[in-house]
Amino acid sequence: MTKFFTSSIGQKFFMSITGLFLMMFLVVHLTINSLLLFGDGSLFNIAANFMSSNIIMKVIEPILALGFILHILYASYITLKNRMARPQNYLVAGKTNVSWASKNMYILGGLIFIFLVIHLANFFWKVKFGTVAAISYDGGETELHDVYALVAGLFKGWWWYDVLYIIGAIFLFLHLTHGFWSAFQTIGWDNNKWMSRLKVIGYIYSIIIAGGFALIPLFFLIKYVV
Amino acid sequence: MKIKLNIWKQANAKAKGKFEKYELDGVDEEMSFLEMLDSLNEKLIKEGKEPVAYEHDCHEAICGSCSLYINGRPHGPGDVIATCQMHMRSFKDGETITVEPWRAKSFPVLKDLIVDRDAFDKLMAAGGFISIDAGQAPDANANLVSKIDADKAFDAAACIGCGACVAACKNSSAMLFVSAKVSQLALLPQGKIEAKRRALNMVAKMDELGFGSCTNTGACEAECPKGIGIDFIAKLNREYLCASFTEAE
Repeated sequence: MTKFFTSSIGQKFFMSITGLFLMMFLVVHLTINSLLLFGDGSLFNIAANFMSSNIIMKVIEPILALGFILHILYASYITLKNRMARPQNYLVAGKTNVSWASKNMYILGGLIFIFLVIHLANFFWKVKFGTVAAISYDGGETELHDVYALVAGLFKGWWWYDVLYIIGAIFLFLHLTHGFWSAFQTIGWDNNKWMSRLKVIGYIYSIIIAGGFALIPLFFLIKYVV
Repeated sequence: MKIKLNIWKQANAKAKGKFEKYELDGVDEEMSFLEMLDSLNEKLIKEGKEPVAYEHDCHEAICGSCSLYINGRPHGPGDVIATCQMHMRSFKDGETITVEPWRAKSFPVLKDLIVDRDAFDKLMAAGGFISIDAGQAPDANANLVSKIDADKAFDAAACIGCGACVAACKNSSAMLFVSAKVSQLALLPQGKIEAKRRALNMVAKMDELGFGSCTNTGACEAECPKGIGIDFIAKLNREYLCASFTEAE
């Protein structure tokens, strides 16, 4: 059992578990964000404020951060070790027919990480530690952070932020197309029947998640900027 | 046909190797790739030059010794074939063919295109066997094996240990090889007894020998001359996970 955590399969197991956890987070994140597309922003503001203030989310937030950190650290360690397993490269690069994303998960992960830092600085940091304008929907009884104004302001004000967020979604899409079924393969939840099914489900999931996230900046871009 | 060859030459395990260029005329497209290399070597010997060292034996994709990385693919162009089954008709007249040895820390180059695949023997010694006396050929129906398991075990047993999986993998991972051995034995009653310990020991040995870990690219499956699928890797993951949590240390 103790060897499991240091074994190659054990390390991959953690990549898989943290990956699956982060994929569940993406579903919740997109569900809330999709409210940005409807109405005057009050729906989104109520949902976003609920998410940032309720006790369950306060517990989950550090776990989520830990999920990200472990996923990134394990990926870095495994990638480094895997590079060491081939000290000399081939002259002719591999021509084996495999998906581009599967070979470049670490690079894609790195690009998503850069996006994540910008994304956190844009929104999370400002909501958490900055000053976000207050808004009330019940005549001033309860004051909420006007997160909608923050998001809409960014997406309406700078078209290149819209483009950046769409590019981020594309990187996420590529990362997920391999990550989804790969996570199941690593925990052993796969066989010759389920492999193609998991790949299809993975593609559908990736399209919904990345497409959904790309739709939001695209919506603001088309509606207000263009 | 006339071909140009770009072949890795390395005097011994410690020497620094480099690519040598050769030209060969009169190559028949019906020749196997190994016959072509033989004719190159005949030419080199006649010219008083050192021939190219490469491994081959059975020429019928059973022994797994012909281990050549040709134009960016283990066992060259074509799917589900070993180098010995590949013919010169797979190439164009005048084409440059680059031939490299398997590249992996665990498979050090011994000379030219020959690598030391002792690591696979060490993996087998770590658990790729059954230690009970299997006795004589058993009576029919004495050990019942379902058709599905028998077929699966046979698919896994097709592994010839050539190392193409390691050569194709960007991480030089031996997971396909280990998964084939672990699955083949775990699926059959005689092998099931030691299945947990086998999975633990073989994976530990695999890590110790410096093979990389599996990132599920599927390159091994695509290049395996015996068409062994990565569903066996999922089975190994399952076996290992289960063994880690249940087998006493």
